Parts: sequence; structure tokens; C-alpha cells
Amino acid sequence: MDLSQYLEIFIDETKEHLQSLNDQVLIMEQDPENIDTVNEIFRAAHSLKGMAGTMGFKRMQKLTHDLENVFSEIRNGKMSVTPDIVDIVFKCLDALEGYLANIQESADEGTEDNEEIINLLNDALNSSTSNSETAEGEQAAKAAPAETPASDEDKRKFLSLSLADFEVNAMKEALEKGMNVYGATVYIQETCILKAARAFLAFKGVESLGEIIKSDPSVQDIEDERFDLDFSMFIISEKPAEQVHKVIANVSEIKEVILEPFTPPEAPGAKAVEQETKSEETAAEGKPESTKEAASDKKKAAPETKKKPVVNRSVRVDIEKLDDLMNLVSELIIAKNGLVSANENEDGEQTQQFNEQIEYLERITTNLHESVMKVRMVPIESVVNRFPRMIRDLSKKLNKEMELIMTGEETELDRTVIDEIGDPLMHMLRNAADHGLESTLDRIKKGKPQVGTIRLNAYQDGNNVTIEVSDDGSGVDVEKVKASAVKKGSISEEQAAMMTDKEAVDLLFQPAFSTAEKVSDISGRGVGLDVVKSKIEGLGGDVEVNTVLGEGTTFIVRLPLTLAIIQALMVEIQDEKYAIPLNSIVTVEDVPQEDIKLVQNKEVINLRGSVIPLIRLDQILDLEAKAEEPESLVVVIVKKGDKQAGLVIDNLIGQQEIVIKPLGKYIYIHKMFSGATILGDGDVALIIDANTLV
Amino acid sequence: MAELEQEEMKQYIVAKLGSEQYGIDIAYVDNIVRMQKITRVPKTQSYFLGVINLRGEIIPVMSMRSKLELEESEVTNTTRIIIIKPEQNASLGLLVDEVREVVTLSEENVEKVAYDNGREDVNYFVTGVGKYGDTLISLINISGIISD
Repeated sequence: MDLSQYLEIFIDETKEHLQSLNDQVLIMEQDPENIDTVNEIFRAAHSLKGMAGTMGFKRMQKLTHDLENVFSEIRNGKMSVTPDIVDIVFKCLDALEGYLANIQESADEGTEDNEEIINLLNDALNSSTSNSETAEGEQAAKAAPAETPASDEDKRKFLSLSLADFEVNAMKEALEKGMNVYGATVYIQETCILKAARAFLAFKGVESLGEIIKSDPSVQDIEDERFDLDFSMFIISEKPAEQVHKVIANVSEIKEVILEPFTPPEAPGAKAVEQETKSEETAAEGKPESTKEAASDKKKAAPETKKKPVVNRSVRVDIEKLDDLMNLVSELIIAKNGLVSANENEDGEQTQQFNEQIEYLERITTNLHESVMKVRMVPIESVVNRFPRMIRDLSKKLNKEMELIMTGEETELDRTVIDEIGDPLMHMLRNAADHGLESTLDRIKKGKPQVGTIRLNAYQDGNNVTIEVSDDGSGVDVEKVKASAVKKGSISEEQAAMMTDKEAVDLLFQPAFSTAEKVSDISGRGVGLDVVKSKIEGLGGDVEVNTVLGEGTTFIVRLPLTLAIIQALMVEIQDEKYAIPLNSIVTVEDVPQEDIKLVQNKEVINLRGSVIPLIRLDQILDLEAKAEEPESLVVVIVKKGDKQAGLVIDNLIGQQEIVIKPLGKYIYIHKMFSGATILGDGDVALIIDANTLV
Repeated sequence: MAELEQEEMKQYIVAKLGSEQYGIDIAYVDNIVRMQKITRVPKTQSYFLGVINLRGEIIPVMSMRSKLELEESEVTNTTRIIIIKPEQNASLGLLVDEVREVVTLSEENVEKVAYDNGREDVNYFVTGVGKYGDTLISLINISGIISD
């Protein structure tokens, strides 16, 4: 069976199961008596095992199998949840994630056996239960009594299967070569959910010992789960019947296996009889033959496709979103047709209708745009749901009591942003846990709640998404930061004395800066916040810190909803058009010439009390200065954090939604341009990154 | 380029810059388009005229004259932009005075030009000179012109 087509689904679902295991085990740790949680864990572990087995990831299957045993004991009340067990389980989940990472990269689970973890799991099992029988043993025991050798005739469904003559021939040949031919009927438990997976496991097991020459239902039907609780097959194998039987019976959730040596119906060499059978079977022949071919084709294809590595990045999309998209596309076609026919009318009446249709078209394309954007949006849940587990581990490691409260996990961001935001957030949470929160003892001394709180709050704010990471720890000691910076030589003492608190806090974002006196492996090496900052700025966002000494610290991250499409103000400078992203613009002002003042030989304007430097875009863009200056200038006020600047332009064109495109590989692009966009008339306009000018 | 030269026959697009003829290996050529509006890109290399929009893709355009340190000329209606694709996902436009024809040159008709690697010389952009009838065609070294 070709499994590569299931690989993506497998990876997605395994991720989900692992995540749910992580979540549920956390809950279980808090509330060991909650039987629902244990059941949920058991189910997830069980599905994981089944899927890993189906996909042929043996090591992964082995590990989940042992994990499942532990949960099974817990569920049966034979084992109690101790912190040690939870630690082992988490280790096991990490190992499974390791397998998954390998699979995702190379479609192979790798060679790590994780013996140590398996031993730990088994030790835990053995020590807690005198009855050390593993589930595997139980299953074997269960299967054994079920195997009543001479059970009812009608259970041997394989006897009633019709055989095509090539199949009969194959059996005869096998017998002549001294191999065994078996007929088998396998019954699956009524409660089994993954029938196809079980059947497939049975098939795989048998194929390791011999060859399946016929199965009913066909392999394809079984794969698609189009069968009841039983299936039959004919097997050619060198191995004894018991071994083949065992291999099938060992698959979990198999109720009964009936396997007997089988003798082909006709005497060897009787060609005439064969012919007869052939004519009898003509109707049926087409089908089995083709299925067999298909099966062998697939077998051949499997190794090839397995080599193809790396799974495509996929987004699971809510069907409603796609329907919206489809409807809009249909409307677009209608509108376009309207446009075409309007154009065909007599010239005189054309304009009125034409404009109406153009407006209609515009409205739809805008909506279409939004719909497509929504398709790319993913809730940040997919990134943040691993954090509770991380905080739990940190809490143990740092020996501090802390809890993580997350809100707004449903907030959506563009897939490209989501992929990048995980690491920076993790850094910030680690910082909060390590530097932010005091030790439990200190907290008690200060009269704070014993358990430190870290909050992660996400929400949408216009065209941005804001994520706040806050802790109720000690806050940033500004003086300590300054002293540390002076010691490191990044600022002088005079500078330190002049600095505002805010400026001092910004020092935290400088490369190689850390106030932690001890270097731990969690944080404190000073690689962190500067990386966080550059990463977030690389995504077109910014990060800010608010801190109150003794009360806590809040990191505020602002990110654009999407990277590819932004709102921009189109401006004209002489006869060239440029786009300025709207999120950096404060206002647009008309400034009379006489309001321009010179400070230190630089042009500034005084705008409602604040002095703002002027930037002559025409000079910066290497355009020749105009012969005469107009009486008043159009100035776009842009901001970067608290700083502002005024960009002098010639004309405003208006606000527009633009698609950011790269400028090509071979041309050098000054950092003041963040890309280019194609305008409605097909012209190209460069996008000015105002942040680099302020 | 050494491995490519082992092939017997190669096809070149012949472009004119003034009175000189230049050959561009047809394997690199994606498209040839007429002159269109070029958007200037400030502060870039001097030989880049800017970028164009080719069916929704933004492609930088280089003046071959400027790159080869020839004098700039007027845009006429024979002026063409040759779009080359040196790599899978990266295109580049070369502005030339005129595109003439496609010629097939065998290896024996090509005389390699020896050049010192470090030299910022026009020769660096030319791998060899092809003889086609009476005319001499300078063969452009694509990796040379995209390297800086």
C-alpha cells in the first residue's frame, strides 16, 4: 500500500494527538482523579499507536505501545499518578515529537530507539503492579482462547471465495515449490474504530512472511474501510501456519483469526478444467486481476515515493471560508461578463453602465482579496499551545511556582507570521519565568501570592495583532540595567545618568545584554531579547516593554495581520510614485514655508508642540531639486516608536491596498525600500520603509 | 562555463549594441520584450535602469551598454529587453539596442578570451568571440554579469 499520500494527514493528526496528550497530561498532573482525562489520554495514545503502526513507523509504535500500557494501568486504577510518572510520560512525548520531526523532514522515523525511555516506562509498570503482564501479553492471551481450531464451517468465509485461474496456478506453483498455501478469515472486534488500520497491519504482517495472492474485499476496499468486520485472504508462505496465525492475531483489536492450509480446487495439470473455471470466472476475473495489479503497483511505488522527502506545508481550512471564496470568484466572473457586454453596447450610453460595472467589479475583488487573506489566517493557538507544557517544565527546573494564563488563543495571524513568531514568544516567556518572576521564597517575603503568574494575551487591534507577555515578578531594575551597561562599556556613566527610564529599559534589547547574574541554560546568556527584537521587526512588527519595579514586566509585541498585503498611502514625488505603509503614518500636514525652522542647520517644523525633523524625500531619492519651491509643503508625518519625522512629498494620490512583491535577486536594494508593488495601471511603485528614515 | 563548451553546437541570441554584436546563450533566455516603462530604483548599482512589471512579476533591468561601459544611447523602436533566467526563481532584464537573430555556433568557431579573474575588465563579461560568416560576436558570460 502506498502510504505517502497519508503522510501529511498522519503528521497533522500525530501533532494534534501529541498536543492533546501534552494538554491532558498537564491536567492529569493537577487532578489525578479525573477519569475523563485519563480516558482521553488513553484514547489519544491508542490512536497514536495505531497510526504509527499503520504507517510502518515501528519504533514510534513500540514507544507509544509502552506508553499506552502505562495509561492503561492508570485507567484501571492499578497505578497512581506520581510526579515521576508524569516526568517519564513527558519525556516519552518529547521522544515522540522527535520521531515526528524526523518523519516530517525525511518521511522516516530515524534510528533512535529510545531504549532508556522504554525501560523507564516498563520499570514504572513493573514496580507499580505486581501483575506485570503487559497489554501485549493480555492481547495474546485474549486471542489464544478465541482461536478454536475447528470452529463453525461458515466462519471459514475464505472457502466460499471464487478464484481466478491465475490465482489457482500461483497456488499450485507454490505447492510444487514446497511452500504452503493458507486460507484465512480474520474477524475484527465490533468496537474497533480503525478497522482499515487493523486490517492493514494484518496485511503488513502477513506480507513480511509471505505473499497475499487474493483478498476479499479487495485491498483498495479495505484501505477505504469498505468492509464489515471480517475479511478473507489466501496466503502463500514458507512459514508454518502457527507463525502466520500469530502475526495476524498479534494485531490489536483482532477478535478471531481462522487460518488453515488450503488446497486449490483442481488437480494439477488438468488444463481443460482450468479452461472451464476460467469461463465461469470471466465475470469476476476483471476485478480481482485489476485489484491485484493495483496492489502490486502500489507495492512497487511505495519505496520510490518514500524517498520523496519533506511534506508540503499545508493549512487546514474551514470549509465555510472556501465556500465564501468560491462564491466571490463566481461573482467576479459574472461582473466581468457584465463588463464585456456593457462595452459592446452603442458608444453613447457606454460610460454610465461601464462605470457601474467597474464599481461592482471593484467591490468584489476587494472582498475576494479579504477572503483569500482569511484562508491564509491561522489561529495563534497552533503556536502557543505548547507553552503550558514549557512553563510546567521551567517551573520544575527553576524550582519556582508559576502558572501561565493564556487568553485570545483564537486570534488569527497570517500563516507566514505564525511560523516565525513561536521562537520570539518562547524567548519572552522564558525570560519572564527566569528573570521576571522571583523565587518562591522571595515572593513569600514580599507578601506576593506564592505562585507567580505569567500571562499571554493576544488580541486584534485594527490591522495589527498585539500579543502581550506579562509577569507579576520583580520588574526591571533600571539602575541595575544602567550599571550593567556601563560595566560592559556600551554606554558611559554620563550617558547613564542622562538616560530616561524608558531608554534604559530599551538597553535590554541590545545584543549580548543580560542582567541575570547567573547564567542558566534557560536564559541569561544575553542572546535573546535582541534576537526577539530583530525577528519581530523582520516581520514588520515592533516590540515594547513596560515595567514597574516590584510589580512586573509586560512585553508588548505588535504584528501586522499579514505580510503580503498592506494598506499604504500612495504619494507622488516629482513624477515618481511611491507607497508609504499606512501603519507608520501619523498624519498628513500642509506646512507653509515660513513655518520651517532651522535647528542645528537641519529643517524642523513645530507641530502642535513637538519639534519634528523634516526629511526631503526628493533629496534622499536622488532626484534633482525643483527650481522653485511651492508656498506650502505636503508633509507626511511618520513615526517609529516615540520618534517622529516629516516626509516632504509633492502630491497625495490616496490610500490603497497594495500587494508587496520582491524586487528580484540581482539588483541591490537600499534598506529604505521594503519592496515594490504593482499599481492598477501596471506601473511599479517602490514601497518606502519609513522606519529606516526616522 | 567549461562544461558547456564541451558541447559541439550552441545557439545564441544575437543582440546589437551600437556597431558591436553580442551573443547570449539561448538556454538562459526566457523572453524578449519591447521597451516598456521602467521604474527607477534610487541608490542601486549605476547600470541598473530600474524595474519593470512583466505579467505581475517585478524584474530588474540592466543596461547592457552601461554594464559593458559603453556610451548610453537613445531608446528607439528596435530597443528590446532580453529577459534571462540565470536561476530557477530569479529573472533579470538586459536592455539592448536591437535583437537580430539566433545563430548556431560550433565550438571551432568560438575563440575563448583569456582573462584574469580579478580584473574589472569588459573581457570579464565575455567568454569568447564567435565567428559567424564575416561578423564577430562577443559571447556574454552570464554568471559574470550577475556576479556583482
